[in-house]
Amino acid sequence: MELKRSKWKAFYEGLIEWIIRICGISAVVFVFSIFIFVFWEGKGLLFSENFSVWELLTSQKWDPTHEPASFGAARIILGTFSVAILAMTIAVPFSLAGAIFISEFCGKRLKETLKIVIELLAAIPSVVWGFIGLTIMSILIRDLGSTTGLSVLNGAIILALMSMPIILSISEDALNAVPDSYREAAIGLGVTRWQMVYRVLLPGAKKGLLAAVLLGMGRVVGETMAVLMATGHALNNPFDTTPPFFHALIEVKTLTATIASEMGEVERGGDHWQVLFLIGILLFTITFIVNLTAHFVVHGVKRK
Amino acid sequence: MNDSQRFTATSFTRAKETREKWVKFLMFVVTLLMAMPVILLISYLINKALPVLSLEFITDIPRNQMSAGGIWPAVLGTIYLVTLSLLVAAPVGVMAGVYLNEYAKDNWLTRLISLAVINLAGVPSIVHALFGLGAFVLFAGLGESVIAASLTLAVMTMPVVITSTREALSAVPMSFREASWNMGVSRWQTIRGVVLPNSVSGILTGVILEVSRAAGETAPIMITGVTASLTFKQGESVYYLLGEKFMALSYHLYYFSTQWTPPRLVLDETSGDMVPMTKAAIEHAEAIPYGTAVVLLGVVLLFNSLSISFRYYLRTHRKW
Repeated sequence: MELKRSKWKAFYEGLIEWIIRICGISAVVFVFSIFIFVFWEGKGLLFSENFSVWELLTSQKWDPTHEPASFGAARIILGTFSVAILAMTIAVPFSLAGAIFISEFCGKRLKETLKIVIELLAAIPSVVWGFIGLTIMSILIRDLGSTTGLSVLNGAIILALMSMPIILSISEDALNAVPDSYREAAIGLGVTRWQMVYRVLLPGAKKGLLAAVLLGMGRVVGETMAVLMATGHALNNPFDTTPPFFHALIEVKTLTATIASEMGEVERGGDHWQVLFLIGILLFTITFIVNLTAHFVVHGVKRK
Repeated sequence: MNDSQRFTATSFTRAKETREKWVKFLMFVVTLLMAMPVILLISYLINKALPVLSLEFITDIPRNQMSAGGIWPAVLGTIYLVTLSLLVAAPVGVMAGVYLNEYAKDNWLTRLISLAVINLAGVPSIVHALFGLGAFVLFAGLGESVIAASLTLAVMTMPVVITSTREALSAVPMSFREASWNMGVSRWQTIRGVVLPNSVSGILTGVILEVSRAAGETAPIMITGVTASLTFKQGESVYYLLGEKFMALSYHLYYFSTQWTPPRLVLDETSGDMVPMTKAAIEHAEAIPYGTAVVLLGVVLLFNSLSISFRYYLRTHRKW
């Protein structure tokens, strides 16, 4: 006797499988279409004669509304990285210490509680962080000698607070991934916990920790609302050739904030509109490279 | 340490242990330093919001050129956004998770998809906004609208659903599937009848997280359809059409704290004249952004705690 499935059932099964397959591939489609659509809107300017990518990246003259317009985003790029690097300088030591404490030094109860607190902190929306920067942090920073309080420092502190939970939880995962046998071997030799962390865990989790820092960097560069509200959004170069070389209390513009604030006011399809899309492509490329590097640092270039 | 009681402590051991104590203390302080400012900042926000915080603040429409009244249209807009984006992101995200965990073989395509999910999660929100503007607002012709903004949010939040679905599915033991297959049950029937029911709470944690993300995002909706300047009449019920501009909590907070200025003259409700704002009215108006921030924060944290408790429940009540 032959067992037969009904034709309808087989068709149904096949259909479902195809739908699932298409949804599975959708993530790839989305990433590609993000690139294509953003590129498409900006391509007219990119290939036009009176525009050069070199000028966009190196010229300090950003005057998109003037006639003829000049699109030099160097100060915006410097602004972005000044905020990002200062934020990471604050965030990385704190989050690494926090990760080590949570993973190695505290009891089970405290560990669970802290992890929940960290997760909730990571969920605070960026516009609320921006609001905190705009209202509370700016008052505190005004005392340091900045007139509005909105500055590189303000943005960096806000971004540091925002990125710490993320860097911390990825670092903690990296520390957890170090096999327990390493710990046992170290303790068996009579070292203290701190010596074990310093000599065994940190070298062992090196790659994961580097990835955590990179991913944090990606988040910080791509953050929009918080920097838009906290950095004051004025075109300045925070770096200087004469001492003190770096002005932390100056207002700066960042790549993300430029798009967010200027997109609403520009003529659709004009040069200014297109240059904002090109900045979008620049941002996409930066975060793409950062995320990819972080992935390959952990998993290696070949299959795992 | 116990061994120092059994052996005579050398100065080396003592130094080692003192350092250990100091390091432990220092790490604890640093961890506290990370959490404390946030808690202080949030209590400051709540304190500033107290003059306006009430149920009426949430259910009332903005009045008197937004200097009085509540934030109901913004709350409603956020509900629209979250629901619509969930309708797209949840099915597609769950299906993608099912594909990656149940169907995909370990080949280049699967690795490409995993990489794409990671990158999709890492694309800056403002780039998602540009994509939404190019793809949904202009190319698909949806215009600046609730639906365009929701679709943008759906694409942006999908990785959250995909990752958590994948994790939930991979927690279901392989033996469950094998038992089902051996009865002659087909692949999809096994997924529907065995795998999904056993992982539904895990998938839910991801879906709830998606809600929290979608409610808090500002940048992706900023240029795809949100506005702050809609006016509503007293007593009229508030609703949005899918093709219309809308208000949302997150943008309301941004608009109020950066662009809104109190009107010089407001309508006095008893006499019907235009009068300068009283001191109390100005204080109320100044507390509105704080109130909005607290409501937004409340919504996001509520959904996150829900997701966390779901996961906690799961871990303690796992059947296998």
